[in-house]
This record gives sequence, C-alpha cells and structure tokens, in this order.
Amino acid sequence: MDSLLGEPWALSPSVALRPEPFGALAYHFGNRKLTFLKRKELVEVVKNLESAPDVRTALQAAGIPPSQHDAYATALRGLAATDMIRPRAAADEKQVGA
Amino acid sequence: MTLAPERPSRTEPALAARPQGGSLVQQFEYGLDAPICLTWELTYACNLECAHCLSSSGRRDPRELNTEQCKAVIDELQRMQVFYVNIGGGEPTIRPDFWEILEYAVDHEVGVKFSTNGVRITPERARFLASTDYVDVQISLDGATAEVNDYVRGPGSYDTALRALQNLQDAGFADAKISVVCTRENIGQLDEFKALADRFGATLRLTRLRPSGRGADVWDELHPLPEQQRELYDWLMANGEDVLTGDSFFHLAAFGESLPGLNLCGAGRVVCLIDPIGDVYACPFAIHDNFLAGNLLADGGFQKVWQTSKLFTELRSPQTGGACSSCAFFDSCRGGCMAAKFFTGLPLDGPDPECVQGYGESALAAARTIPAPSQDHSKANPTRNQPVMLQLLSRPPAAPSGPPVSTCAEHPLAGFDPDESSPSAVDPTSHAGCACGKADGTGCC
Repeated sequence: MDSLLGEPWALSPSVALRPEPFGALAYHFGNRKLTFLKRKELVEVVKNLESAPDVRTALQAAGIPPSQHDAYATALRGLAATDMIRPRAAADEKQVGA
Repeated sequence: MTLAPERPSRTEPALAARPQGGSLVQQFEYGLDAPICLTWELTYACNLECAHCLSSSGRRDPRELNTEQCKAVIDELQRMQVFYVNIGGGEPTIRPDFWEILEYAVDHEVGVKFSTNGVRITPERARFLASTDYVDVQISLDGATAEVNDYVRGPGSYDTALRALQNLQDAGFADAKISVVCTRENIGQLDEFKALADRFGATLRLTRLRPSGRGADVWDELHPLPEQQRELYDWLMANGEDVLTGDSFFHLAAFGESLPGLNLCGAGRVVCLIDPIGDVYACPFAIHDNFLAGNLLADGGFQKVWQTSKLFTELRSPQTGGACSSCAFFDSCRGGCMAAKFFTGLPLDGPDPECVQGYGESALAAARTIPAPSQDHSKANPTRNQPVMLQLLSRPPAAPSGPPVSTCAEHPLAGFDPDESSPSAVDPTSHAGCACGKADGTGCC
C-alpha cells in the first residue's frame, strides 16, 4: 500500500484547474506544465486534498472504493512528479509555528 | 468536388455524443470548453513580405482591434482559463501598443509566446523580456544560412533574426525558440539549425510548410520532396525529444512510428485562431471564409464563438476517413492536415497532399481547383524587403525568336510575335522586375 494514502497533501498553490467535459485541465503557472485529469472522480479527489487530513479521507469523500485506492495513489504520484500536487506537511508546520 | 468542410449530416449536437473514458485524443476530437492554445494574430502589418506567409500579411487592416478591445479579449481569455496564447501576425511587435498588450496579458494570467522576425528585439527590449517569466519569444528563421533564409524571407532578414537572438542571449533571456518552416531548400540544414539553436541557448522548433496564404503561390516549388519527408521524419525520430514541432508533422506518422505530440488535427477542437479584426478561424493555417467560425465583436465574444459556432460544432463531430479509411495507416495519420488539403484543392476526406504513402501525389495529379483566397493583406507594391525568388517569379520563357520583353516595354509591338496566336508574352501578374536591371519593379524605368 502506498504511504501517500496516509499523508496530508494539497493542490500546489501555483496550479489552476480548468473544468472540461471529461475531467479537468491542470495548469502550473510556475513550471508551465499542462496535465489532463481524465476522470471527474480524480478531479474531485484533487479538490478534496486540501481539506482532508490525509489522502485516504479525500478518496473516501469522493466515493472511491478502497479497492481503487492504490490505483489513485499511482495517479496522484504522477501529478506530484510535475508539482501539480504536493505534500502539505511543510505548510502545516508553518501554521503551527505561527 | 468537395471544397467546403462538409461532414456527414448530423441532427444532434456533437457534444451530446461524447464517449465516457477513452483516450485523451478521442476526448479532444470532441472539443474542449476552451482552447488549449490559441493563436492570436495582432496585426496584418509586417515589415517583411515572406514569400510563404500563411496570413498573406503586409498591410495593416484598418478594422484592427484597438488596445482596449485587445485587453477585453485578454480579460475573456482569463475568465475562460486559456493559460497562454501564441501571438503572431504580421509582425506583432510593430504595433505601437504591443508591449502594453503583452504586459496586460501576463498580468492577467495569460502567458504569451510571441513570434517575431526580430526587428524590434533591441538590447533594451531583450532585457525587459529577460525580466519577465511568463513570456516566450519565437524568432522565425527559414534558413540556417542567409542565402537560404533570405531567399524566402527577404534580404537582410537573416541578419535581423540573428541580431535578435544575440540580443536575447546577451540579456540573459533563457530558452528562446527558433522557429523554422521546413522547405525543400532547408531540409538539408536540420543539423545546422540545431547547432544554431545550441549556439544561442535556444530551442529549435520545426513546422510544416502550409499552402495557406501566400504559401499557396510557392508551395509547389518549396514543399519538401518525398525523400526529404523521409529525411525529416528520420531526423525527428532521432532528435525529436529536444525539438518542438507544434504537432505539425502528424501526417508523417504513416511512415511507421508516431512522433511525440498529440498527432491530431486540433482545428476548432483544441486550437483556433483570432485574427487582427477579431475573426475566429478554425486554425492558424486556415484563414479563409470556409473556416471562419465568427467574429468576437459581432457574435457575442470569443467564448460564444468557440463553444457554439456551427463550424466548430461540425469539426467536433465524428469524421469519416473517406477515401483514406481503407488505408492501413489511417489510424496514425488521420488523413493529415485539413488546411493542406483545402488550399491545394483536394477533398477534405481524402489524402493529405503530402501523404507519405504516395496517395497525395495521385490526388494532386487528378482534376482539382485551388480555392481563391478570401483575403489578402499583401502590400500592393513590392518594397525593398520583398524576397526576390527569381526561379518562382521569372517571366515565362521567351519565344525562341525575338529578344526578352520587359513588363514596361512601351513599344506598341512589344512582345508581338506574328507566328504566335497569343497576343502578348507579357505576364500582367508578374512583377519580377524589368530588363533595366533594377529588379524591384518600382518605378525602375
């Protein structure tokens, strides 16, 4: 099981999501990468990340059955590779310290 | 003969038929809510008169969008989340408000890549560009040597482009693009282009010569020969990772392996063109009434034209392969480029004129009518920047008897050959020059 599922993540602050009929287009203003989220469920998950304590909770909130969690974890790792999403730990610590 | 972009007639709107799942390319065929990337020609005015200009540019159109209208377009693009535009022309930098429009776009989350021949990329402008981080610059260069480049782009244009690249490099602008239209004359220079790009810390971008605009006049003589297509394909397969192509060579996919990119005609589905007066066309290579979707001033804004125009809805409906559907390579090339077919007078549901399986040549050999251009902003009179393509614009061979006749010979019997039935050997459309030797034809004698 992917360790990511138990971690807090979020959409990168420089990424915008543009809704499309099949899902969404994600654009990173920093590195100018363009990525397509091909399923509406994945868009829902990515939007849920910020407010969920961990990725698994975000998946559950989007109604993704546990049997698909690993597959979604792989997709999220792909998005993390181009900084579309990033771990939230650093930001949380800052908030705690402030 | 079918010239209009006709499709099998459909009664339901295309978007209703969108399949669930499937590949991204399949989804793209049904169109997006907003273009991925949009070309915006800011002006038809140009300091050059390139022989193959896609938009037949030269003179400014008096109806050109003004600064405020351009800003309103940017506001709408921001609302639609079009994250970047390719700005071109004409020569966009000769608009006095070009830099203002550029800054406005960047400040409104619309990144800009602009194409220029380099004429206004001074050291000062280069420093400004280096200080922005949401602007890409693309310098057009159609020969790795002045001889090859200036032949189609006009005298001095090679030096102008290289000076601009030097200014950008000196200012610390990283990763400019060198944009090359691949022709019969320059296919043999691909390695030299790459070396040139490396020298300036730039990225090479290769695109296809389209028979659009003035390109229709020179396509027969400039489009790559069949063996050169193979050479280009092999070069791209070997170097493609570091080279941009604007997805323009998907017709070469029928050689075997697909090239990197979408390999899809994006016209009206993921790309389109806004012209200087706000007309919206299906793609940058199809500035013709048949591919005009609407006008963003007259038809309620760009979003409305993009999402609801009849033409774009048709382009997003499933297309049949026509004569190509029985070809084993149809799935890889998808019949090639719509604009290339249209402007060479070929049916849109048949092979591309440069079909690498050879079907284009037979199609070109059959009866066809090249469509008349629906607009032309070429300069009315040639200037000193006009390329002198002697091979292309020379007079028809003179009759074996008699001396050559110039277009401005005033003798009442000039060009008259009593043995010929044709009234005159003078071609009224030619302005290649004059026997006086001052080849620019402007008041030379």
